[in-house]
Amino acid sequence: MALQAEEAVRNGTAEGHGLVLAGVTKRFADFTAVDDLSLTVPAGSFFALLGPSGCGKTTTLRMVAGLEQPTSGTIGIGGRDVTALPPYRRQVNTVFQSYALFPHMSVLDNVAFGLKQRRVRDARAQAKAALAMVELEHLGARKPAQLSGGQQQRVALARALVNRPAVLLLDEPLGALDMKLRRQMQVELKAIQTEVGLTFIHVTHDQEEAMTMADTVAVMNQGRVEQMGPPRQLYELPRTAFVANFLGRSNLMRGRVAEDLGQGLGVDVAGTRVVLPKARATEHHGSVVVGVRPEKVRIQRMDAPFTATANQLAGTVVDASFTGVSTEYLVDIPGVGLMGTFSQNLGQDPASPGEKVRLLWEPDYSFGLAGGEDTGAGGVRP
Amino acid sequence: MTAAPGLRGRHDAGRGRAPEGGPNPEEAAADKKRGRIGQLLVLPGFTFLLLFFAAPVVVLLAMSLYTKAPGAEIGQFEPALQFSNYAVVLREYWDVLVRSFAFALAATLAALLIGYPMAYLVAVRLRAHRLLQGILLVLLIAPFFSSFILRTQAWKQILADEGPVVGVLRALAVLPEDGRLTATAFAVVCGLTYNFLPFMTLPIYASLERLDTRLLEASGDLYASPMRTFRQVTLPLSMPGVFAGTLLTFIPASGDYVNAALLGNNRDTTMIGQVIDSRFFRVVDYPGAAALSFILMVAILVLVMAYIRRFGARNLF
Ligand SMILES: Nc1ncnc2c1ncn2[C@@H]1O[C@H](COP(=O)(O)OP(=O)(O)OP(=O)(O)O)[C@@H](O)[C@H]1O
Ligand SMILES: [Mg+2]
Repeated sequence: MALQAEEAVRNGTAEGHGLVLAGVTKRFADFTAVDDLSLTVPAGSFFALLGPSGCGKTTTLRMVAGLEQPTSGTIGIGGRDVTALPPYRRQVNTVFQSYALFPHMSVLDNVAFGLKQRRVRDARAQAKAALAMVELEHLGARKPAQLSGGQQQRVALARALVNRPAVLLLDEPLGALDMKLRRQMQVELKAIQTEVGLTFIHVTHDQEEAMTMADTVAVMNQGRVEQMGPPRQLYELPRTAFVANFLGRSNLMRGRVAEDLGQGLGVDVAGTRVVLPKARATEHHGSVVVGVRPEKVRIQRMDAPFTATANQLAGTVVDASFTGVSTEYLVDIPGVGLMGTFSQNLGQDPASPGEKVRLLWEPDYSFGLAGGEDTGAGGVRP
Repeated sequence: MTAAPGLRGRHDAGRGRAPEGGPNPEEAAADKKRGRIGQLLVLPGFTFLLLFFAAPVVVLLAMSLYTKAPGAEIGQFEPALQFSNYAVVLREYWDVLVRSFAFALAATLAALLIGYPMAYLVAVRLRAHRLLQGILLVLLIAPFFSSFILRTQAWKQILADEGPVVGVLRALAVLPEDGRLTATAFAVVCGLTYNFLPFMTLPIYASLERLDTRLLEASGDLYASPMRTFRQVTLPLSMPGVFAGTLLTFIPASGDYVNAALLGNNRDTTMIGQVIDSRFFRVVDYPGAAALSFILMVAILVLVMAYIRRFGARNLF
């Protein structure tokens, strides 16, 4: 895919590609911040880059913006190879993690800056409209230092958006906002993106934000993309333990493939047979890791009737916490460890710590990872 | 949670907020105390200025109005209100005064043109190279390690007619056969520029040092070429340094007499400082010298005030 994309960029046939990174690597001295990164973002789509701190998200954006030169690889924007272009020649704007507002200019002048460089006629009027969009039209005359952190962040957003670039890079643009404003800006951003058809590359720590807003989510770890795809696919079928844990939570169990069932695999997990669809497993032999999302797991008292086709593990409730809409449980399964689940509050009596329970889930909800995966990668186990 | 009324009152006062019903006496006392400490802190500086600035100015002003009694010896004057002293020296030395400011202005501009790129190089370009930055900074200040007059005297030797520079320039036909470097306005301006260069460079360095280079990246990201980025971001943000540097260069340069005396020719390069010097110590015309000093001071003050009003630090941010 990387080669194809590279070819397309070189031949100028990458029309419709908003952004193409082909084999992009960035090394700082002996430290590799971005490692052979290849991705294609279709024009007009909302792409979210999700990953832990220090995984190379900002570095990736800086290379796209032209502020950092890749050690190797090519970058194409709108079908043109821009790897060698300086930042000011790229149809790209950035909402910087540090805002980087010009302290000597008024808020309005900050927003109009990009338009003025390109000698757009009604720069001030457009800047005012952009400020109105982020609900700061009344603060246009102030200096950035006279704004709150959240207001500064919105100015940074307006300053980049007003240019309607081919690709807009957002480096945690909503990080400093409170929940309400954050939701509001998310809706606003998504609306602008859809309306104007800009390509958004959105870096965030907030997985919920990434999943609700993006068409495609890429989960990054240590300079590499672990997995990339539509949010739903990424969530339902993680391919690595890191993704399974970083995006939402997962119960991961070590086991051995004991039997081939045609469509599925019979996996031996701590002495219990668990079924895993072949199509959802990366490995079909030897040791594997079986995963299931907590909300897919039902919890039952030992004496309750159950369907024999479901995967099931028995254990003891360690912790039950009532959150209102649901009760969250931690269940200790001998030989597996702690598993998490929650049950919607339908008025039933919750199980209490110490009680023996059965955990059940449909085989189709299981996913299989390579046996060598570190089940603790990407987060704490529930 | 209910707090005892007394407790709450004290809490409010501690926060510096007076409870309803007028100012709190405790707080008023605290304010008064703060005021007294402030007064104590400015006292030494104030006394110093009073003794060593205000008093001499008053003496100078008085002396500039003295008159020479008929038949008095050289250097003997008596107190008077001889305002014509000012008219006399102004008429006689107007050209010199104008030339002094012209030289100071030229030197200030030259120092800015040389000093800004130097400061920029050290403060911005070499930011990642701490060692090199330190070495260059020391070199910038190095001239201060030797005496001002000694350095100027050295330049006089270097630029002298028999010196190596003039010889080479003549050989290369850059200078005509009888061309010279010393004893010209050019030499004086060069000397002023050289001697006051650190006063220009250091304040600019200080403000460029604080420049956030991420702003330059943001500017580039917003379609500004490096040239436009410099004009719209770097330069405005370093203006406080430029402002301080130009003042620190222009003011002492306009009153300087060492450069003109050593590198000039005493006819069409004379600066006002030289005139004041010779009025005082050679001609022994104390009122004339005092009047000239006073005129110089007021002229600098007026020029600087106009400059501050136009480009003052308040308008920069
Ligand atoms: N100029 C540089 N020199 C050396 N190392 C750098 C440089 N810039 C970034 N790095 C390193 O590269 C790695 C990736 O940095 P980057 O800023 O891209 O992380 P990030 O994913 O944006 O993290 P965060 O979520 O905390 O913003 C980090 O380990 C960082 O220390
Ligand atoms: Mg970052």
